[in-house]
Amino acid sequence: MSLVEEVEPRRLPVGSIGHHATGWWAMLCGIVTEGALFGYLLFSYYYSAMQSHAELWPPELPHLSLALPNTIVLLVSSGAIWFGERGAKRGNAREELLGTAAAIILGIIFVTVQFFEWHNKPFSIHSSAYGSLYFTITGFHMAHVMVGLLILLAILIWCWRGYFGPHRHAYVSIAAIYWHFIDVVWLAVFFTIYITPYLSGRS
Amino acid sequence: MTEIEYDRVPKVVEAIGRPELSARLRSFWESKPGLYGWLATVDHKTLGIRYIVTAFIFLGLGGIEALIMRIQLAQPNEHVLTPEEYNQLFTMHGITMILWYALPILTGFSVYLQPLLLGCRDMALPRLNAFTYWVFLFSGVFLYASFLIGAAPDAGWFNYVPLASIEQDPGPNIDFYALANIFLGISTTLGGVNFIVTILRFRAPGMSINHLPIMSWGTLTISVASVLSIPAVSLAFFLLWMDRHFGTHFFDPATGGQPLLWQHLFWLWGHPWVYIIVLPALSMVSQALPVCCRRPLVGYSLVALATVLTMVLGFGVWLHHMFATGLPTMALAFFSAVSLIIAIPSAVSLFSWLATIWTGRPDFTTTFYFFAGFIIVFVIGGVSGFMTASVPVDWQLTDTYFVVAHIHYVLIGWNLFAVLGALYHWFPKMSGRMLDETLGKISFWFIFIGFNVGFFPMHISGLLGMPRRIYTYSPEMGWSTLNLITSIGSFVLAIGLLITLVNVVRSLRVGRIAGPNPWDADTLEWSTSSPPPPYNFAVIPTVASRSPLWEDRLGEGQKSSPARGFVLDQGKETLGTTMLDAVPDVIVKMPEDSLAPLLLSLALAALFTTMMLEAWWWLAASAIAILVITVAWLWPRRSLGEIEGSTS
Repeated sequence: MSLVEEVEPRRLPVGSIGHHATGWWAMLCGIVTEGALFGYLLFSYYYSAMQSHAELWPPELPHLSLALPNTIVLLVSSGAIWFGERGAKRGNAREELLGTAAAIILGIIFVTVQFFEWHNKPFSIHSSAYGSLYFTITGFHMAHVMVGLLILLAILIWCWRGYFGPHRHAYVSIAAIYWHFIDVVWLAVFFTIYITPYLSGRS
Repeated sequence: MTEIEYDRVPKVVEAIGRPELSARLRSFWESKPGLYGWLATVDHKTLGIRYIVTAFIFLGLGGIEALIMRIQLAQPNEHVLTPEEYNQLFTMHGITMILWYALPILTGFSVYLQPLLLGCRDMALPRLNAFTYWVFLFSGVFLYASFLIGAAPDAGWFNYVPLASIEQDPGPNIDFYALANIFLGISTTLGGVNFIVTILRFRAPGMSINHLPIMSWGTLTISVASVLSIPAVSLAFFLLWMDRHFGTHFFDPATGGQPLLWQHLFWLWGHPWVYIIVLPALSMVSQALPVCCRRPLVGYSLVALATVLTMVLGFGVWLHHMFATGLPTMALAFFSAVSLIIAIPSAVSLFSWLATIWTGRPDFTTTFYFFAGFIIVFVIGGVSGFMTASVPVDWQLTDTYFVVAHIHYVLIGWNLFAVLGALYHWFPKMSGRMLDETLGKISFWFIFIGFNVGFFPMHISGLLGMPRRIYTYSPEMGWSTLNLITSIGSFVLAIGLLITLVNVVRSLRVGRIAGPNPWDADTLEWSTSSPPPPYNFAVIPTVASRSPLWEDRLGEGQKSSPARGFVLDQGKETLGTTMLDAVPDVIVKMPEDSLAPLLLSLALAALFTTMMLEAWWWLAASAIAILVITVAWLWPRRSLGEIEGSTS
């Protein structure tokens, strides 16, 4: 009796289906490597902060007035894409389109506010190591948001053309997990750049 | 097909004597003849051989650079090279060997062999596989373009700031290295992703994780490590490029930057990388040496665990490259201890090979010769590494030729000897013909003697105080004889490599026909023809042990069935299985040949060239090209089962 006969009778899904899809696994690996990239960026920040013994790091405490609401906007967009993905899984095209479109709009709001936040900073990428790190780290994140928006835009077009449904929604799940990842990374960036300076007891 | 297919019960058939099945599969899997098929192919066997050939070309380039340097150093006060030319040569030699030869050669063997070892029909992401090859090739061309304008990288392969800063090195030299490194990193990272998904999801049914071929353990381990570590070096080079051209201050101490940040980021990648470029070579030895010794590997589980453990510890030793930079004592003690401990898992593999030879009946083939030579130099390279793991010894020896000797014993000894053994072992599978054994053994003796004559004296010149990276020395230093011996040895080594090259070219035409399993080996790649058909296996094999072709003679009873299993012939299909138990999970629709990987890598090459030239409008155009090609590549397809609904 060979092993083949034991496994023979099972019915198997065909093609790109949910978490069976190869692309889903590839995206998980991609997220790990992107996560590592941000890990090294934040390492550079903390290392430079620790080694800057005499100087103040950062030069002045960062304002939360734009960054905190903007963080909430990004978190809500995660909920929106979750809603869209649920719509795709249920075969509800309206929820699918609505969720994806809402995530895109919230993402665009985040990018716009972030540009104002950059504009309001009293220092530039050239002024000091802190400035270089601030703009590079938030810039890397911004680039990821832009790529995420392009991905969501493609998903929106494909949803609109009726490509996805209860059987075939791997693309939506892959885009959604990437978008969630961008949000989680922002929390790490936000905590590092905006919160930790307050934890050092400065006023 | 009018009805869209969401699921199916696959048929199980016997593959033997079914020419109509072979013809049908061939019609789905074979690349078209002619230029289109050549440029668009996604067949892992073609791509694997391309990787191997390209990596050997880079080995040749790096080797020529080394020989020119050895002519310069053969005698004191030579003037073959100017100091600036010497700087460029040793830098390019290091970069070429470590980045464009050492991993790509192993990637080539893995790209070729992994799907065959695992019993599937291609890599998990075939188009990505083609893409990573093209990116590897173009990044190498990009790097070597620096020679054309006489401005190759010249600050050593680890490129320390402030030497590599714009103030000290204002030419384009360092920018070539920075951008080529980031470019290559894309290939290596995505290649790692491809291996991870392939090994975790595309194994034959029954090949649970404890039946995984030992070579796959090596590839899986280093792929995870690549995915985790490469961002560090890509980031380091990106920050350096920013510092050099955009007035940032990451490494500039005057404004709060940290020069040592470069070293941290570089070695956070650099030391894992040392293991990344040797562990797959070690695991090829663990795979093929038992075949030479006519018995399964001794201590499979321990070797697999040791491989993973070496890699994990490999992430905790980067500071031992920085012992001389003035670190806290606590850090010195910790990193020295880890650097000593890492010898233990390496020794596990060593004793496993020795026990396999001791308890086996070795066939003294060329493969065995190279593996035996490998074990000897493995020990020498390991011991000299263990020595420099000790902080006071390292303080004495750092930046001397002792370290040069060590790195060559590790990289040539652990990588090249294993690769050559693997070449003699798997060449028959790839070409269908045997390599000549007599030429092979002559080649081995030239390489083994040349290598040891060339590199062992470097230990002594290092102990005598000869610093690395000097372009010449005076006769009073007392290093002249040692350097002459080293130069002679390096040419003997080169002759040995040329003999193997001749052997390969000759055997491709006149070599003895190999047949499916010339070594009477135990794993799945030997159950199919040599070279394998485009679809690898007519049916998906079923596996019940680590040695599916040896089960009868190991007294376990033949439970695996290489020739009987799922017939997936409704298009270009293979089987996806679960991660740990390898239970059939999904029938995967595989993509056709495509030009998208080539076009996308060309667009990326354009992007990096425009970064080099600081031609920003062209950069924007390249970025748009990348976007358009990516969208076209990823556009959902019915043939891949990505679109809902019936075909109407």
